Amino acid sequence: MIDQISMKSLAARLSETEVKGRSPWADARHRFRRNKAAMASLAVLLLVGLFALFGQQLAVWSNEEIDFGIIGQAAQLGGPSLENGHYFGTDDLGRDLFSRTVQGTQVSLLVGLIGAAIAVIVGTLYGATAGYLGGRTDAIMMRLVDIMLAIPYMFVLILLLVVFGRSMMMLFMGIGLISWLEMSRVVRGQTLSLKNHEFIEAARATGVSTWKIILRHIVPNLLGVVAVYATLLVPLMILSESFISFLGLGVQEPLTSWGALIAEGSGTMNYGTLWQLAFPLFFFCITLFAFFFVGDGLRDALDPKDR
Amino acid sequence: MTGYILRRIAIAIPTLLLLIVVSFLLMHAAPGGPFTQERQLPAQVLANLNAKYGLDDPLWRQIINYVWGIVAHFDFGPSFVYPDRTVNQIIAAGFPVTLTYGSIAFVVAVAVGVSGVAAAIRHNTWLDYLAVGTSIGAQVLPNFVMAPILVLIFTLWLGWLPGGGWGGPIYWIMPTVALSTSFMASIARIMRSSMLEVLGSNHIRTARAKGLPERAVILRHALKPALLPVISYLGPAFVTMITGSVVIDMYFSTGGIGRSFVDSALNRDYAVMMGITILVGALTILFSLVVDVLYAWIDPKIRY
Repeated sequence: MIDQISMKSLAARLSETEVKGRSPWADARHRFRRNKAAMASLAVLLLVGLFALFGQQLAVWSNEEIDFGIIGQAAQLGGPSLENGHYFGTDDLGRDLFSRTVQGTQVSLLVGLIGAAIAVIVGTLYGATAGYLGGRTDAIMMRLVDIMLAIPYMFVLILLLVVFGRSMMMLFMGIGLISWLEMSRVVRGQTLSLKNHEFIEAARATGVSTWKIILRHIVPNLLGVVAVYATLLVPLMILSESFISFLGLGVQEPLTSWGALIAEGSGTMNYGTLWQLAFPLFFFCITLFAFFFVGDGLRDALDPKDR
Repeated sequence: MTGYILRRIAIAIPTLLLLIVVSFLLMHAAPGGPFTQERQLPAQVLANLNAKYGLDDPLWRQIINYVWGIVAHFDFGPSFVYPDRTVNQIIAAGFPVTLTYGSIAFVVAVAVGVSGVAAAIRHNTWLDYLAVGTSIGAQVLPNFVMAPILVLIFTLWLGWLPGGGWGGPIYWIMPTVALSTSFMASIARIMRSSMLEVLGSNHIRTARAKGLPERAVILRHALKPALLPVISYLGPAFVTMITGSVVIDMYFSTGGIGRSFVDSALNRDYAVMMGITILVGALTILFSLVVDVLYAWIDPKIRY
C-alpha cells in the first residue's frame, strides 16, 4: 500500500520534471547546488562581503582613530578584547584592527572585482572579435596578446605606479591593463569553435552586421566560460594587489588592504603582536580559498565533460 | 624545427625592443627629471648634469643610445641616485643571489609538483585526497604569506633557521620554500588532472591490453603526454617566480635584485628600475622560448 503511494508520487514527480524540462542553466544550477564545497564557499564569500559592507557599523573605533591608552604598549594592551571594543586588537599605532580589517577587505575585494570586471569586458570583446574575424586580424591581435603576456607585468606595473604616482586609480588601471589578456585567449578559443555553427551562418545569411553577430550571438554563448574564468580571476587580482601592497608600493595610508595589513603584521610579529598578522591573513586565505572553490564548482557545473 | 625556432626568435626580439621602448617612454613621462630635488640645483649644474647623461638630446636619440648601449655593450647606464655606481654593478651584485635561490626553488617546485603523478595513479585513495587537499591549501599561500609564517615558526618559535640574510645553504632554505610552495601546488594539480585524462585515453587502454606491466605503461606511454600541460605552465610560473623573488629579497634581506628594484622604485632611481625590468623581461622571453621549443620537441603533433 505504502509502496504504491510512494511509487505514485515518484511517478508524479518524474512526469512533473519531464513536463517542466530543464534548461542548461537550470541543469548547471542543480549541479552547482549539489557541490557542497562550492556552496559552503559561496556562503563564506557572502559572509566576507557582508563583513566588508556592514563591518564598519559594528566597529566601536573608526579606522583612523588612535587609542592613546594603548599606543606604545600594543603588545601588552592591544590584544583582541571585547571590553574595550578592539575586537581584533590594535596595531602598534593604537589603531583599531577590526575597522582596519574591514577597510582592507573593502579595498581588496574592490580591486579584485574591478580587475575581473575589466577582464570580462575587454577580454571578451577582444577575444570574440579576434576569433570571429579570423585571418590576419586575428593573427595580429593575438600576437599582441602574446607579446604583452611575455612582459613581466608586475615590474611594469610597479614602474607605472612609481612614474604616475601611487593611487587607487592607477592601481586599477595597471591591474586592468593586464587582467584581460588570459581571458581574451580563452574567449577566442571558444569563439573559434562557435563561429561555424548554423545559427551564426543563419545570422550572416540574413545580413546581420558583424558587430551585431559578435554582440548578440557570440558573446551570450560565451557567458558560461567567461563566468568561470572571471570567478577564478578575482582571487588572482586580489593576489596581485596584495603583492604590490605588501611591498609598500600599492594603496597608501590611510587606505589599506589585505596585502598592506599582512605586511604590517609580519613586520611587527616579533614584538608579540601576532593578532596583527593573524586576522588579515585569515580573511585573505578564506576568501581566496572560497573563490577558487566557487570557480571550480562553476566549471564543473557549466562544463560537465571537463572533470 | 629550425624554422620554428627562428620564427620564435623573430617574435622574441621585437617583444624585447617593445619592452625597452615602453619602459623608456614611461620613465621619460615621469614628472620631474632625475635630478629634480627639493633643493634646487643651480641652472648651470643641472645643464651640465643633463649634458653628461645625454638628457638634452632629442628623445629618439636617447632611446637609440640606450638600446645600443644595452645591445652592443650590455651597458644599462649609470644610476641616477648613486653617482658612483652603474646599473650593471647593482645588478651584478644582486643577480647571483636571486639566481641561486630562484633556480633551487624552481627545481624543487617542478620536482615535487611532477610527483603529483602519484596521486593520479592512486586515484581516489588517501594519497590522492591528501595530495589534492594539500595542493588546494598551498594555493592560497603565496610567497608573501609563506614568508612570515615560516619565519614565525622556524625562527621565532623554534629558532632553527636564520630569519634573514645571505650566507651558506642554511640561509637558502626558507627563501626557497616560501618561493616554491604555491607553484608546487599548482604544478601538482595540473600534473594530476592531466595524468588522469591521459590514463583514461585509448592508447593507454591499448598498452594495458597488450599486457605491458603498469610501470611501463606509465613511464613509457602516459608520462610524456601528461607532461605537456605542465611544460606550458612553466613559462608563466617562471614569470611569477621571478616576480616573487622581489618579496623574498625584501622579507629575508637576501640582497638579490628584488631589493634593488623596490629601493629604486622608492627612490625614483629610474635607470635601475628600467635595467632590472629589462633584464627580467629578457630572461622571461628567453625562458618562454626554451619552453616553446621543448614543447614542440616533446609533442610531435604540434605543427611548426
